[in-house]
Amino acid sequence: MTAPTSTTTPSRGGGTGDGPGPFPGSGRAGKKPRRTFGIGRGAVPYLLVLPALLLELLIHIVPMAVGIVMSFKELTQFYIRNWGQAPWRGFDNYRVAVNFHAPIGEALLRSFGITCAFTVLAVGFSWLFGIAAAILMQDSFRGRGLLRALFMTPYALPVYATVIIWAFMLQHDNGLVNHVLHDQLHLSSKPAFWLIGNNSFVSLVVVSIWRNWPFALLVLMAGMQNIPDEMYEASAIDGAGVWQQIRHITMPSLRPINQVLVLVLFLWTFNDFNVPYVLFGQSAPPAGDLISIHIYQASFLTWNFGSGSAMSVLLLLFLLVVTTTYLAVTSRTRRTSNV
Amino acid sequence: MSSRPRSPMARPMSFVWTRRIVLTLLGLFAALPVYVMLSTSLKPLQDVTDKFQWFPGSLTLRPYIDIWHTVPLAHYFMNSIVVSVAATGLSVLVAIFASYAVSRYHFRGKRIFTITVLSTQMFPGILFLLPLFLIFVNIGNVTGIALYGSRAGLIITYLTFSLPFSIWMLAGYMESIPRGLDEAALVDGCGPLGALFRVVIPAAVPGIVAVAVYAFMTAWSEVLFASVMTNNTTRTLAVGLRGYSTQYDVYWNQIMAASLVVSVPVVAGFLLLQRYLVTGLTAGAVK
Repeated sequence: MTAPTSTTTPSRGGGTGDGPGPFPGSGRAGKKPRRTFGIGRGAVPYLLVLPALLLELLIHIVPMAVGIVMSFKELTQFYIRNWGQAPWRGFDNYRVAVNFHAPIGEALLRSFGITCAFTVLAVGFSWLFGIAAAILMQDSFRGRGLLRALFMTPYALPVYATVIIWAFMLQHDNGLVNHVLHDQLHLSSKPAFWLIGNNSFVSLVVVSIWRNWPFALLVLMAGMQNIPDEMYEASAIDGAGVWQQIRHITMPSLRPINQVLVLVLFLWTFNDFNVPYVLFGQSAPPAGDLISIHIYQASFLTWNFGSGSAMSVLLLLFLLVVTTTYLAVTSRTRRTSNV
Repeated sequence: MSSRPRSPMARPMSFVWTRRIVLTLLGLFAALPVYVMLSTSLKPLQDVTDKFQWFPGSLTLRPYIDIWHTVPLAHYFMNSIVVSVAATGLSVLVAIFASYAVSRYHFRGKRIFTITVLSTQMFPGILFLLPLFLIFVNIGNVTGIALYGSRAGLIITYLTFSLPFSIWMLAGYMESIPRGLDEAALVDGCGPLGALFRVVIPAAVPGIVAVAVYAFMTAWSEVLFASVMTNNTTRTLAVGLRGYSTQYDVYWNQIMAASLVVSVPVVAGFLLLQRYLVTGLTAGAVK
């Protein structure tokens, strides 16, 4: 490819090039002759989705395809400049990644297990806190607006700021957590380390819950607004108490929202990179070695991008399987419960 | 507030006490780190390197002055603002067009389009970080358009991060706007774009605000791509805040002051506009 011609001679390329402009308006205006087919209107939706489609292709789809190609190559630092010339390795990268008897595969499996445990705990508690607060804040009471603003603050804070605050609170010498647990409550014989060793897993879970449960609250509050008041009124006339209303009206009505909410929380938590990266810096302790940071380190610290890509593809496949299974199961139960 | 007042029924004491206890605990959980940020940002450095103190022994505003000199914070601030505002504006615009098509037209490939766009939300960022980096570098080599290390590269990356959710939510919101409205506009001789701009967009303002808040927060908070795709001149706050921990000293008080300063725009915006977010979610995504 001779590179510069396309940019230096716009006049030549202009005749054909300005059709699919970045904005649908400009593209449509230039396409008057199409009207002769009588399908002028038919092109409108395509022009409207075109910008979104192009951007998704450029940033998500094409890089993903490239990532898959890379996972079949031996892409070490020698080939990074012209990665097209990197030798093919077939499924070797995958074989190494899933060989659980060798160090690389073993570490990946460990990291995967930690991520699963982390996700279950973080999503479970985030949902639990969210649903509890949403239900308890349904009635109006004094200070509710203020409380809601307070609850939303952790979610509104930029993630790096929240994690930095927690990193400070979890410091060994000058952190709040050790001050309270050791100095004030005397629960431990000596101050614990929260950012290295096994405790780092606990730290990760707590920080993730702190950050994500307001999102569950937000979504569930929105969902509760769609439950008609009449349902509560009718059940109150029938003599149902508030706990029964929660069990028989609120929870069943929220089912479809819960299904989506849990899936979204699962995907975000499982892929979470920000929390471990800001909390631990470049080197996560073994107990806090979440999969995304594991792959990042496998790629960028060892400069073995082929192997890192293979791991990412495996991760994507796993998420794909879980998501489709989840959707299949939940949509089936939804159908049967509607009958 | 937007939520309707529920008829104040007499609640049993068990419920009232559960509410008091649970909400108090959750309130403490939520507030504690915020309090730590605020109080630490007002302490002199020697007070934060030693044992933690619940109440500052001596108050100082010094950290709020020092943060601007220790690292070029104003510069990072500017980068973050430019990147986030541009990404938000473009993301909202692109999402409006796409969701208008999805909610108002039947076209071949619509299902595939929505599924594809939504499923990109699932991709682990780490999978396309390096390919995207290589693509940006190659585009730069071939066309001379510098995307790697530039704000433009970051802007188009971030705008696609919020795009799937924005399209999904806005399409849902637009579904709730009666079709009769824009059909009337079409009959009156507006083109599809006229109907969109004169009728649908004004009616969809709460949904659009919600999407804009989400897009801005996404761009303002992003860490992974910011740490790989920026250089010294284009560095954003997400990466720049690391500058307060040197190998000799960690300026915790300045870190907290800086965290507070960079959080104010998003938190204020979010709390002011959360009403729209709940309305947008109610009418749009959650159905």
